[in-house]
Amino acid sequence: MSKIISAAKLTRQRLLDQLFQKTTWFFTVIVLVLLVALIGSLVVGSLPAIKTFGFNFLISPEWNPVTEQFGALVPIVGTLVTAIIALSIGIPVSFGIALFLTELSPSWLRRPLGTAIELLAGIPSIIYGMWGLFVFAPFFASTVQPWLQNTFGDLPGIGFLFEGAFMGIGMLAAGIILAIMVIPFIAAVMRDIFEIVPSMLKESAYAFGATTWEVIWNVVLPYTKSGVIGGIMLGLGRALGETMAVTFVIGNAHQLHASLFMPGNSIASALANEFTEADGELYTSALIELGLILFLITFVVLGCSKLLLIQLKKREGVAT
Amino acid sequence: MRLHFFHALAAATALLCATIATAADITGAGATFPYPVYAKWADRYHKETGIRLNYQSIGSGGGIKQIKARTVDFGASDKPLTREDLEKDGLTQFPTVLGGVVPITNLEGIGEGQIKLTGKVLADIFLGKIKRWDDASIAALNEDIVLPASNIAIVHRADGSGTTFLFTDYLSKVSPEWKAKVGAATSVAWPIGTGGKGNEGVANFVKRIKNSIGYVEAAYVKQNKLHYVQLQNLAGHYVLPTEESFRASAANAEWDKDSGFYEILTNKPGSGSWPITGATFVLMHKSQSKPAHAMQVLKFFEWAYAHGNHTALELDYIPLPDNLVALIKTSWEANIKDKDGRAIYTVSASANSP
Repeated sequence: MSKIISAAKLTRQRLLDQLFQKTTWFFTVIVLVLLVALIGSLVVGSLPAIKTFGFNFLISPEWNPVTEQFGALVPIVGTLVTAIIALSIGIPVSFGIALFLTELSPSWLRRPLGTAIELLAGIPSIIYGMWGLFVFAPFFASTVQPWLQNTFGDLPGIGFLFEGAFMGIGMLAAGIILAIMVIPFIAAVMRDIFEIVPSMLKESAYAFGATTWEVIWNVVLPYTKSGVIGGIMLGLGRALGETMAVTFVIGNAHQLHASLFMPGNSIASALANEFTEADGELYTSALIELGLILFLITFVVLGCSKLLLIQLKKREGVAT
Repeated sequence: MRLHFFHALAAATALLCATIATAADITGAGATFPYPVYAKWADRYHKETGIRLNYQSIGSGGGIKQIKARTVDFGASDKPLTREDLEKDGLTQFPTVLGGVVPITNLEGIGEGQIKLTGKVLADIFLGKIKRWDDASIAALNEDIVLPASNIAIVHRADGSGTTFLFTDYLSKVSPEWKAKVGAATSVAWPIGTGGKGNEGVANFVKRIKNSIGYVEAAYVKQNKLHYVQLQNLAGHYVLPTEESFRASAANAEWDKDSGFYEILTNKPGSGSWPITGATFVLMHKSQSKPAHAMQVLKFFEWAYAHGNHTALELDYIPLPDNLVALIKTSWEANIKDKDGRAIYTVSASANSP
């Protein structure tokens, strides 16, 4: 027995559908409007600094609240250097973790290990900062830094990176703390995407006599590379914007040093440190411009990763 | 059913409005340095009078912005505003408590108050001109102790702070070179060193880094068992950072209510004065649209001056001398007015009240 739907009911359903569509559209627009408003207010806020310092703001290492001379070079370098250190440690370690969990670990261990890594990702950054300052920094100063200097200090080309006193805080310590913070993020994403590789592909490779490493390198990784890059970008995003943990261990000095043992500053920690007590329009404006620069750096990084992904997709099309 | 719900809602709203109306809460915002004592005073004051103080320690800069925007009843700043700045925004200011800033060291075999420094030497250390502890200029002041043959590691505040302002103001007064190269402000361009976040950050770094020197608020010295130094004051005497030496410095200041008590207690005369002392200040609008509410704020501070000294001392702050408190009260009467220009607070009336 077929039910006849009345015209009135149909109209009402159509209306509801439209209403639903409009509502979701409205929610999306809110986010976009917020984004534009954020950029707008950052630009407006940094106008006095942009007018005063112009392009020089980006390349000047000077940061003097007394004479109101501001330049962003030190925090920009600090932000990039700590993020690079974090990723160069974080990527290989996360890759290893994800591989172990998906390919090599006994199955009874997978779930508890996976949960533990997800838990690490949920720890608030201030905890990492305090742990970094009270536990990691003393250990780093007494054990790791002397070893690094003894081992690499005399090598031409990289020896200068490990000069100076063993304070336990500085750019390298900040980079390592950041690495510890981004590892759970990258590892969790990598594990999830490694798991979706069809077992038929892997088994076929094994059937041809491939070793575990060959399967991973030639089958798993090519199949998942866009996801892997996505995970790395997620980690990089966190490393660039991380505030509290870095503030605790980076040393917060507006100085440029070649050595990674020396204190530096990152954009986010400069903002956290100085915003509350910034008096004077130019000082506040310079800090807001720092925020705008961080926004742009993040934007460029995300844009590059998207471009990279598109490029990879295109080449895939050619290969097959 | 629905009717009941609305009735309940209406009743709840009415109740909420009533609570908001009756609670004449005082709001303040600003400096982090006096926060512990303001919080403790507020707690005791609430128990005695039922009036709450909501103080947000967002930093002096924030406090000044908030009071200018009239979003709070009073602002608080560690750095006094100059007379011109006060006039521009129709503000008046008065000090509440005193504190000292103390250089601290981490030197093996050298204990509390053993090492002696002059202002000039301290400035040269923070300028990076004196690089080693066994430098001749430090050794000349400390012939009786063995100084470590090592480099000096410098620790300063990373965040803007009233503590930094007092410290750099002192260095500017004793060293023309410091004044020309660095200057005095809540945050400065440090020629050298590592930055710690907050007093606790600096205290932690100094404890951690061997052969280091830093500076913290006096309260942190005791709490963290840090090794303080003796400083030479303007009169040429070496003094220890104690309650008495902080007080001596305040007693030797010339407090002037007409300039809004603009007084920085660094490098003050007097044989017992600790050279880096400072007061923390409260900012209020001169013209008050709600005089009764402004009176609540003044009453709170009146109570604090009268009954809060013990609490302040417990927390390692130094209460103001009595003559200064009397002067502050006359400044309230002279400066804080309602819309028609009548004084809100009168000294004679408050003298009669219990």
